[in-house]
Amino acid sequence: MSPVVLNLIETILNGLMAGVMYSLVALGFVLIFKASGIFNFAQGVMALFAALTLVGLQTGQVPFAHLINAVLGTNLHSFGWTLPAFAAVIGTLLVMVLFAYLFEALVLKHLVNQEPIILFMATIGLAYFLEGFGDLMWGSDVKTMDVGIPSGGSFWWEDVTLGWVAEGSDYYGMYIDRLDVVAAVVAVVLVIVLTIFSQYTRMGRALRAVADDHQAALSVGISLRTIWVVVWSIAGFVALVAGIMWGSKSGVQFSLSLIALKALPVLILGGFTSIPGAIVGGLIIGVGEKLAEIYVGPMVGGAVENWFAYVVALAFLLFRPQGLFGERIIERV
Amino acid sequence: MLYREAGDFKTSYAADQQTFPIKSERYLFWAFMAFTFLVVPFIADDYWVNSILVPLLVWSMVALGLNILTGYCGQVSLGTGGFMAVGAFACYKLMTGFPELNIFIVILLSGAVTAGVGVLFGLPSLRIKGFYLAVATLAAQFFLVWMFNKFAWFYNYSASGQITAPTRTVFGIEVTGPSAPPWAAYLACLVLVFVFAWVARNLTRGRIGRSWMAMRDMDIAAEIMGVSPLYAKLSAFAISSFYIGMGGAMLFSLYLGAAEVTEAFGIEKSFSALFMVIIGGLGSILGSFLGAAFIVLFPVLLKNIMVGYFGWPTDLAAHFQIMIVGGLIIFFLIVEPHGLAQLWRLTKEKLRLWPFPY
Amino acid sequence: MNAPVDSKSLRAAEQFQLSAHQDDIAKGDVLLKVENVSLSFGGVKAISDISFDVRKGEIRAIIGPNGAGKTSMLNVINGFYHPQIGTITYRGQPRHAMRSTEAARQGISRTFQNIALFKGMSTLDNIMTGRITLQKRNVFWQALWHGPAMREDIEHRRAVEHIIDFLEIQAIRHTPVGRLPYGLQKRVELGRALAAEPALLLLDEPMAGMNLEEKEDMSRFILDVNDQFGTTIALIEHDMGVVMDISDRVVVLDYGRKIGDGTPDEVSKNQDVIDAYLGVPHDE
Repeated sequence: MSPVVLNLIETILNGLMAGVMYSLVALGFVLIFKASGIFNFAQGVMALFAALTLVGLQTGQVPFAHLINAVLGTNLHSFGWTLPAFAAVIGTLLVMVLFAYLFEALVLKHLVNQEPIILFMATIGLAYFLEGFGDLMWGSDVKTMDVGIPSGGSFWWEDVTLGWVAEGSDYYGMYIDRLDVVAAVVAVVLVIVLTIFSQYTRMGRALRAVADDHQAALSVGISLRTIWVVVWSIAGFVALVAGIMWGSKSGVQFSLSLIALKALPVLILGGFTSIPGAIVGGLIIGVGEKLAEIYVGPMVGGAVENWFAYVVALAFLLFRPQGLFGERIIERV
Repeated sequence: MLYREAGDFKTSYAADQQTFPIKSERYLFWAFMAFTFLVVPFIADDYWVNSILVPLLVWSMVALGLNILTGYCGQVSLGTGGFMAVGAFACYKLMTGFPELNIFIVILLSGAVTAGVGVLFGLPSLRIKGFYLAVATLAAQFFLVWMFNKFAWFYNYSASGQITAPTRTVFGIEVTGPSAPPWAAYLACLVLVFVFAWVARNLTRGRIGRSWMAMRDMDIAAEIMGVSPLYAKLSAFAISSFYIGMGGAMLFSLYLGAAEVTEAFGIEKSFSALFMVIIGGLGSILGSFLGAAFIVLFPVLLKNIMVGYFGWPTDLAAHFQIMIVGGLIIFFLIVEPHGLAQLWRLTKEKLRLWPFPY
Repeated sequence: MNAPVDSKSLRAAEQFQLSAHQDDIAKGDVLLKVENVSLSFGGVKAISDISFDVRKGEIRAIIGPNGAGKTSMLNVINGFYHPQIGTITYRGQPRHAMRSTEAARQGISRTFQNIALFKGMSTLDNIMTGRITLQKRNVFWQALWHGPAMREDIEHRRAVEHIIDFLEIQAIRHTPVGRLPYGLQKRVELGRALAAEPALLLLDEPMAGMNLEEKEDMSRFILDVNDQFGTTIALIEHDMGVVMDISDRVVVLDYGRKIGDGTPDEVSKNQDVIDAYLGVPHDE
């Protein structure tokens, strides 16, 4: 094979991997939107918050150290322990469940039957709140995350691909980050688990019933409040997974919350209510973005990745307003 | 006992439709206007004008614009920051390209340019609705900011990528530029906002306003009643962008004096504007002002309390600030989803009946 | 109960005569003709091969069991759905994929099965919206308001006030319609449709969910509209008593097909119609 083709394959592979990362975030959006019709803008910040909490627990940071020191004049920083990654993950999960419970009790409960736009605004408010709260709790410095996921290029794969090229060319082998491969595997497992959960468990059925019609679900005795806590907990779990992956890749910092913005075009492409849509949409956006950066970027001066995905999604919407997997809309009066 | 409508009879449809149907309210309004035009420029010091009054007016203009689109026509937009950038850069290009042009005309033209861009990015609204549209408007936000960053022509090839407002005068008084007195910028803003708030009120009470609201409340029925979605939505995008563009131009020329696109017109500005219209009240002119006041003043107040009074470090205060703003937004949505304007209306209802509520 | 036409609305009628869209079709001639229309969604046939006509000045009822395609028929008439096969001739002009906005401009106005009022607006504004196609002042005059735009608005307000009087909803003029009870909402919706001064008024179950008294009121309004304004009306209704009483001719649909057409008496003697209503096994 010629290096040109191999480079193209490398670009596409990396695009697919990047796409998986987008899908992970998009998945959280889809879950909440399906179950409650809420467009949860805070999904990205939830991922940030989960990652911050994970690192904080793992390295034994004192929560709110900065605040306590400023108010009481103390000099606290660390409990001085290091938790194993597994325990920290469990601890973070508990925090996310607690968060889901509190959010339901303090906010959602009072906003039942409000218009979608109001709920959407509430999640933007939540995004602000959680961002400030996370920084206040764990500090706003950049943290590195290490939960034992391998990272860096795979030498084995480099050697394999090197063998495909004719001897003597200046090709160095294909670069694939092992972290990305792990993320892809995790994403696949996550989707399978979620699908099984929603298709074959009692809770999953209740969830789908609520998604279809709140009132009807209520009338057959499904507790809306329990469902919401469960859904937001699951979304918190997905956020944690996304937070771990993105955090391991590029450090835990504020910019992590911006991946939510990356996931939005994925959503309009895949449809707000479709889990396969989130995955396929993510892959399309990932590949499209990488290709655009290499083939379109130089023509217009680079840095196109900020908006390219949006333009692709928009162009797509003009032809298929319901997204890739959304149901066809028949308007009736 | 001042707030009474007894004896204030309406004998014509015109009188029934006026903005302030109650006489005392009308007097109060004009007294307040006289105060802002004739008294405030003389008594307000530079700090008040620069960090409170001018930004308040500028953001009121933006909020008015977004309220027309989101509050009246029901189209959620997250591209406000991008449209403000269009206004600001159009203003800069016009100011530097045509130095003899009056600043008011420049600002109006900047609004017109933005209206054109707004219509362009409003086109998807004919096909897609709701959150899909909101996400689509993000495309405008990111694309426009990228464009103003990337193509040096827009900032006249300046090395820093910044645009700086040159000095312009009105009636021999400097209103823009580094040496312009703050009160002059304040008065210029006030005139623009006063005139266009009135225009917004006029537009929203007539046929166009009704067609927007019909689109918002039930688009299919509106179409069947003969409201053209093409016309209603695109006119809302155009007029809204006109206001937002003027707001951006004012922000750049009258308030900041210099701007860098990613910093001054980033995505968080789009959110701020949306907060203003939601907290102030969707579909309310007064609400646009109240919301702008809240979002502009509240952080200033918080910062003064936490840094100035408690003596906390500024980064800690900043964390607290976004946390409290976020929390307050949720709080407001729970307590009064129709915004401050609705609270004001309820207060007036109570006042009308006071002291005998039944 | 009030007399069918009370003195107040008579006085208003003298001052301001509301009338149907003017055209040169004589009373009793065909206003709208539906020929061989079929409509399907994906594989589902909603309407198959239906033909009928509506004559100017009459009250034409469309009846049939649930799912018979009645509402789809109205949607086809006012351009909301576009039939795959068949032609519709309105005022002698055959038309194809016409948008509903255009239909409204040509004087076709309607109400909806599930009330489709503008919930955030007052009764007055809702009915004023019905006159949108009649208001002409452009955006610049509107921005100035004082002057031509206001004069125009007040002129239309006068017409709307006449409708408000006619429907006896003066007291709720400034109430947001979301707060009104069901029956009044139906009445406001009729007002909104009337405000357009339609040549052809389509009513989709105007009496659904009403009690006897409200039904009587509504029947009276429908007859008065037909009588006073000369408006041609096509309506869908389930209450057979009402249909037989107020309509001039009836068309009966079942499973998307036409099974009967004629005066109320003819239709009620039609064996197919009786079968459809009493439920005879279908062999498709």
